[in-house]
Amino acid sequence: MLCMNDLSKVYRTDSVETHALREFSLQVDEGEFVSVTGPSGSGKTTFLNIAGLLEEFSSGSYTLDGRDVAGLDDRERSKLRNEKIGFIFQNFNLIPELNVFDNVDVPLRYRGFRAAERKQRIERVLDVVGLASRRQHLPSQLSGGQQQRVAIARALAGEPRFLLADEPTGNLDSQMASSVMDLLCDINDKGTTIIMVTHEPMLAERAQRNIYVRDGCVSHGEAGVALASAVAG
Amino acid sequence: MFRYYLKLGMLSIRKNPVLSALMVAAIAIGIGACMTMVTIHYVMSGDPIPQKSKQLFYVQLDSWDPNEAADEPDEPPDQVTYLDATALLEAGKARRQVVSYRSGRIIQPPGAEARPFDVDVRSTSADFFAMFDVPFLYGSGWDHTADAQQEQVVVINRDTNDRLFGGENSVGNRITMNGDTYRVAGVIDEWLPTPKFYDVTTGAFNDPEAVFMPFSVSIAKEMPGHGNTNCWKPIPDGGWESFLNSECVWMQFWVELHGDNEQRDYLAFLDSYVNSQKELGRFARPLNNRISDVMRYLEAEEIVDDSVRIMLVLAILFLVVCLLNTIGLLLAKVMRRSGDISLRRALGAPRGAIFTQYIVEAGLIGFTGGLFGLLLTWFGLQGIRGLYADLQFVDKLAQLDWLMVLAAIALAILSALGASLYPTWRACGIHPASQLKTL
Repeated sequence: MLCMNDLSKVYRTDSVETHALREFSLQVDEGEFVSVTGPSGSGKTTFLNIAGLLEEFSSGSYTLDGRDVAGLDDRERSKLRNEKIGFIFQNFNLIPELNVFDNVDVPLRYRGFRAAERKQRIERVLDVVGLASRRQHLPSQLSGGQQQRVAIARALAGEPRFLLADEPTGNLDSQMASSVMDLLCDINDKGTTIIMVTHEPMLAERAQRNIYVRDGCVSHGEAGVALASAVAG
Repeated sequence: MFRYYLKLGMLSIRKNPVLSALMVAAIAIGIGACMTMVTIHYVMSGDPIPQKSKQLFYVQLDSWDPNEAADEPDEPPDQVTYLDATALLEAGKARRQVVSYRSGRIIQPPGAEARPFDVDVRSTSADFFAMFDVPFLYGSGWDHTADAQQEQVVVINRDTNDRLFGGENSVGNRITMNGDTYRVAGVIDEWLPTPKFYDVTTGAFNDPEAVFMPFSVSIAKEMPGHGNTNCWKPIPDGGWESFLNSECVWMQFWVELHGDNEQRDYLAFLDSYVNSQKELGRFARPLNNRISDVMRYLEAEEIVDDSVRIMLVLAILFLVVCLLNTIGLLLAKVMRRSGDISLRRALGAPRGAIFTQYIVEAGLIGFTGGLFGLLLTWFGLQGIRGLYADLQFVDKLAQLDWLMVLAAIALAILSALGASLYPTWRACGIHPASQLKTL
């Protein structure tokens, strides 16, 4: 479903060339729950941005759901992003002046659904995340865990092919974090592919597969070791 | 999506009330200043008779001093002599022709207790009313027979009819002016040609006269002109006949002509007339006859004062300064909302959607600014009225019509859209990943 081959990303300034990703290859199959770990500056952000079509890559190939994304223009990338990918951010990124219903509505608006269908989808996903009764609340009236659930509902509303979760529990206490992880596992159990970047080895362990990124490459051999040592530590 | 963008725009305005208020204020002040001057310019330069302005022609003959033009560089005088006016009227070469000048009379209302009052009188010929599409409340103008037979008839305006006859249909009633009795032939309804094109020499923005009477009667009664009288040659004696036969210009002459052929023929007639007068020792200057349609005539008479033009340009420049401020404020607002833009981009909004969202928001700010701008325009016009309260015409200039109201709103929205182009372009350029959480 997601296939990256020898992907590289180079940031250039007048005097410096930074290789954020080099020969980065990864395949994620449908229904997988993959965690991505690695030290700061290892290239996880760049990987996530490229996977989410928020950034372009310098060389290599990236196929998303069978479609080569190289050379797509802004409109095509936006459409693909809207239809295939759901984003979950560490700091939730809800729009403060919109209520829960309207926040979940944002990606659906850009999809061009009619009002009735949008309403149906929003109610369904709010039900999934357990916030059906809070649809008129503003984000500021919700706890962190509830806000992240709204963000998950927003990501799910468009029925994307996969979710990209960026430290989804990073801003939550352990109880809320556990609850959000339970929700993500439930969603994955129902067939949604999830790629989750995390610094938490305990959370990474709950994924079916862990990818360890170091110096812009996937470091397959070190993944288990890193996880094990982190858990032990 | 437009309604969605409107909703987002309103939410954004509510979220940043101070910044939004500053933008609205900048646009409102600019629009207020600009529209105040635009309104005055618009009223001054408007077409007072759009349905016929290309068929009505003001006649000028160069009967002036052979040694000096009436006006530099080589302009004929802006009025005609009695001799020429009557000759052209009698010739009757146009579809319609009108001679006129302004005079004055004193009306003695019926009843011993009533106090007399003076009125402006337009002395003119029968075609005046049909030619200038004068609307009648009661009756009509007089006919050519009345002109020829010096019938003592008048047409009065609505105010005079209200004053003398309590607004009743007064056609056939009599009024007394300077001891003479006149029969009322018609009552003019509200009629305020702006500018008062048929005689700008007595104030282009003054009200039309209260009473209209046959030219032949006013001449017979030796009613002097109350407008400009210019002479380049001394009058042999001070008598009325000498004055009528002098080279003094003091009358306006209008003709109605349809199409190029009629214009060409009438000019040829004027040339022929002047040539015949040359044989009599008049018109020593080279042929220099003019017929000008209404708008050309008003332009030549420079009805729109240069100071008004300068003020208009300054007001437009002021609006530009206000818009530059608005650009800065919009830019600040956009930069503050880069997180929101990044998020929407990540959730699937193409650049075009972001562009439309911010353009609609700018349009909303422009619309609000336009409403407040209208209010300021109204205050501005009131200020001008107060400042020039002693001028009779200022009320007529300082008024907003629906066209100006719509123009103010449209200008405000367009200005805001123009001001938002650069900030919106910057908004579209915000990288979707740049403001989202970094790992």
